[in-house]
Amino acid sequence: MRFADSIFAGRFSITTQDLNRYLAEALSQGGDYADLYFEYLLTSSIGIDESIVKSATQGVSMGVGVRVIAGERTGYAYSDDLSPEKIRKAANVAAHIASGPSKIAKFDLNEGVRHNLYPVLTAPTETALADRVELVKRADRAARAYDPRVFQVQSSYADNLRHVLVATSEGVLTLDRQPLARLSVHALARRNGETPQQGHSGGGGRVELDFFLKDKPPEYFAREAAREAIAMLDAAEAPAGEMTVVLGPGWPGVLLHEAVGHGLEADFNRKGVSAFSGRIGQKVASELCTVIDDGTIHNRRGSLNVDDEGHPTQRNVLIENGILRGYLQDKLSSTLMGSASTGSGRRESYAHIPMPRMTNTFMLAGQSDPEEIVRSVPKGLYCANFGGGQVDITSGNFVFSASESYLIEDGKITRPVRNATLIGNGPEALKYVSMVGNDLRLDEGIGVCGKAGQSVPVGLGIPTVKIDRMTVGGTA
Amino acid sequence: MTENHLLEMANDAVRMAIARGATDAECTIGEGDEFSAEVRMREVESLKEAGSRGMGLRILVGKRTGSSYTSDLSPEGVDRMVRSAVEIADITSEDPHAGLPDADELGAIGGDLKLYSKAIENLDPARNIERAKRAEAAAFAVDPRISNSDGASFDSGTSRHVFANSRGFSGEYRTSSCSLSVSPVARDGDSMERDYWFTLARDPEGLQTAEEVGRTAAQRALRRLHPVKVETRKAPVVFESRIARSLLDSIFDAVHGMSVYRHESFLAGKLGEKVAAEEVTVIDDATIPGLFGTSPFDDEGVPSRRTPVIERGVLKSYLLNTYAARKLGMKTTGNASRGLGGNAGIGHGNFFLAAGVQPPGRIVAGISDGFFVTSLMGFGVNIVTGDYSRGATGMWIRNGELAFAVSEVTIAGNLRDMLLNIEAVGSDLEFSGSLAAPTLKIGEMTVGGK
Repeated sequence: MRFADSIFAGRFSITTQDLNRYLAEALSQGGDYADLYFEYLLTSSIGIDESIVKSATQGVSMGVGVRVIAGERTGYAYSDDLSPEKIRKAANVAAHIASGPSKIAKFDLNEGVRHNLYPVLTAPTETALADRVELVKRADRAARAYDPRVFQVQSSYADNLRHVLVATSEGVLTLDRQPLARLSVHALARRNGETPQQGHSGGGGRVELDFFLKDKPPEYFAREAAREAIAMLDAAEAPAGEMTVVLGPGWPGVLLHEAVGHGLEADFNRKGVSAFSGRIGQKVASELCTVIDDGTIHNRRGSLNVDDEGHPTQRNVLIENGILRGYLQDKLSSTLMGSASTGSGRRESYAHIPMPRMTNTFMLAGQSDPEEIVRSVPKGLYCANFGGGQVDITSGNFVFSASESYLIEDGKITRPVRNATLIGNGPEALKYVSMVGNDLRLDEGIGVCGKAGQSVPVGLGIPTVKIDRMTVGGTA
Repeated sequence: MTENHLLEMANDAVRMAIARGATDAECTIGEGDEFSAEVRMREVESLKEAGSRGMGLRILVGKRTGSSYTSDLSPEGVDRMVRSAVEIADITSEDPHAGLPDADELGAIGGDLKLYSKAIENLDPARNIERAKRAEAAAFAVDPRISNSDGASFDSGTSRHVFANSRGFSGEYRTSSCSLSVSPVARDGDSMERDYWFTLARDPEGLQTAEEVGRTAAQRALRRLHPVKVETRKAPVVFESRIARSLLDSIFDAVHGMSVYRHESFLAGKLGEKVAAEEVTVIDDATIPGLFGTSPFDDEGVPSRRTPVIERGVLKSYLLNTYAARKLGMKTTGNASRGLGGNAGIGHGNFFLAAGVQPPGRIVAGISDGFFVTSLMGFGVNIVTGDYSRGATGMWIRNGELAFAVSEVTIAGNLRDMLLNIEAVGSDLEFSGSLAAPTLKIGEMTVGGK
C-alpha cells in the first residue's frame, strides 16, 4: 500500500507535508528524534453462551501518538481527534521534554520496502457478520456433541483490522494493514453431582476468514476444549516439590516467554534490573537449547511487517546452544546501548509509548523422539497445556500454570492431575533441559502478553522438552 | 466540553437508536485526561499527557442485543455507531433474559461522594516530577544496598462517566485520582531483588508522603535479599494485608453472578451455607465517600449500595447485574460494570474483608513455624474447582519472628478449605484501591519448594 492510497491520506486528508510539519513541531524545542504513530482500528466480537448468541459488538477507534526523544528522556502525547489543530497540540505537548533550539526542520520521508507477511485480501473484519456468527454456533454445537457430560459451553470470536502509519524524523514512512482474528472455546464438564472441570482452546492469527472454514474449523477448537474438560474429571491431587517435568509441544512454550523472553527485553537490561543483565556470551541454558524470537513468520499472531516504530521485524536469536546471544531492542534502548533495533518496538495503541516486546518466541527442534523422552522418566510430571505465566524480571523467578497435566510413572503417562503452578528461575531453569524433541510446534494463536499495562498479541512454540528439575506447586 | 453537552449527546444517541428500530437502548460516554511523569536514577525518564473520549451504545431489538462503540464523537461518527449497533443486533439470538433494568430499579444515591477533587486540576507538572524524584531519593537513602532503581512515577487523571437509557435514566459523575509509586532494586553480592510501594488517592492531600513511599519500597526490597528455597512441607500461611487482597479478588470471582448461573464457581448454590470461618465477614459497599470503589450508580443506572456477601462465615449474597439476577430469579445488587462495548458485566464496589481484632504482629508471634507471604505470582486460581496454586515470596516465620527471606516456592490448597481455615483476621484493614483485606492467617497450606 502506498501512503497516497491509505485511509489516512484518503479519509483524513493527511499529506506528507502535514507529517513533516507535525514532526517539525515535535522537535521545535530540540530533541534527537520524533515519531508519529497514526492508528485506525476496527474491531468486532461475538459471544455465545448457553447456545444463545448473547453479545455482538462492533467498534471503531482512532488516534495519533507523538513521541519526542531527547537523550534518555521521552515526551509523549496523543489525540483521538485527527484534526490538524489537535495533532499540532499533541506535538507541542510532547516537545516540552526537550529544551534547546530546534535542530531539524526538514525530513525526507520515504516509503521503504517492507515484508508482506499477511497478504490478506479481505480481512475477517470486512466479511459478512452472518458468516462470522456461524463460527461460535458451530463451536457450541461441537463441544456439546463431544460428550454428554459437557454441560456449559462459551465461545467467543473476535477480530480486528488495524491501519497503522508511522513517520519518523529519520525519514521513515511506513504503512501497515494488520488483520487479526481468534476463536476461543471454554467448556465445562461434570460427572453426576461432582465438581465441574473446565477446558479451554482457541486459535487464529493474521489470517482470512477461510482459516476457520478450512484449516482450523470451530469444531477443532471445540473438541479440544471439551476433551480437556473431560480428561480433567479424573484428576488427582497434583504433586508438590522438585521433580522431572516434561513439557508437551506448542503452547507450553510459555516457559520460554517467561523464563527468558521478558528478561531479555533491552529496556530492563539497559537499566541493569534484569537477572540477565550483563550476561551476553554466558551460558544460561543447556547446549540443547536455541531460543528464537521471530516476527516474520507468515500469518502468525505475533508477526508484524513492521514494528510499531516503523522498523521491519526480523528473526532474532536469543539463546544459541545455551549461550545468551542478544536482547530484544527498540529505538530508545538500542540508541542508548549503541546497537541496532531488532524490530521489537511495540505498543498497545496510539495512547502508549513503545517498548521492547516479544513477537513469536520458540525453541528450535532437537533430535529426540518425543515418546523416547517420556519413556526416559521413571517418575515425573507431563504438562500438555498451560494457562498464563508471570515473571519477576529482577530475581528471575517465573511461574506458569498447568491446565492439563499427567503423572509420568515408569516411563508412561498415567493419571491426570489438578491445575498446578510451576516455578523456576530464568537464568537457571533451562540448564536442566536434558532432552529436546524433534517435534517443534507453534501454538494455535491466542496469546496475549502484558507488560507495564500494555497488552500485545504474541506467539509461542516449543518441542517436547525434558527438564530434570523444576518445582511443581501441587498439594500431594 | 460542558457536562450538559455530553449528557445531551448520550440522550440523543439513545433517541437515534430508537428511531432506527431499537426497542430499548443505553449509551455510555467516557472522557478522561491523564498525566504521567516517570523518573529514574534522579532524572526525568518520560512525561506523558493526553485526553481521550469514547462512546458506547447497547441496544435491544425485542430480545436481541447489539452493541457498538466509537472514539469519533462527530455527528457522522455517532450516526455510524448507531447504525452499526442496529446492524449487528441482527445476528444475535433471542434471549428471554436480556433487557434493561425495570424503571423502578433505576436511580442514583445522593450526597457528596467525594469522588472528585478540584486540586487535581491545579497540580503543577514540575512539582509532580519533584515528588517522584523525592520518593526515589528516599529509597536510595535507606541503605547503600539500594543501588539501582526501576524508576518512580507520579500519575494523575480525571474522568467523566455519562450514562443514559431509554427507560428515563440519565446521570453523570466525575472522578479524580493520583498516585505515586517507586520500584527500587536492592543488591548484595549475587543477590538482586526488586520490590515496590505505591500510594493512591482521589486528592493529592490523601497521598502518603514521597519519603514514606520511598522508605517502605526500599525496606520491602531489602528484606527480599538472599532468599532461601525451603523444603516442600505443610505449614500455616500468613498473607500480609496488601497480598490478602488477592484472596478478595478470588472471592469476588466466586460470587460473580455470571459465574454462579453458569455453575463455574465453587460457591455456586451455596447461599445460606457456611463457606468461611466464623471470623470472616465480606462486604461490598459502593457508597463509602472518597474510596475507589464508590459511585452514585452502577453501569446500568441502578443506585449503588452496600451488600453483605459473607457474614460471620455464612454466604449471604452474590454480586449481580440485571442479567445475572434474572437468570437466578433474584434482584440486581447494583454491580453492573461495563466498558464501552458489549453487554454489562459485573464489578465490585469497595469489596473488603472486615477487620478483626488481632494486630498483625501478634498473629505472626503466635506461629512457631510458618510462611509470611509478601508477594504472589501467576494465575493459578481455578474458580470452578477452587484449586489454588501460586508462586510466592515472603519471609519464613520461626518461633514467632520473621526469620529469613523465602522465594521460588509455591503455595497450594483449595479455596474452599482455605476460607474455612482462616484462623486469624488482623486489625489492619486499609483501603488503597477498591479491594481491601487485613492480614490473614490460613491454618495450613502446602508450600512447594525443594
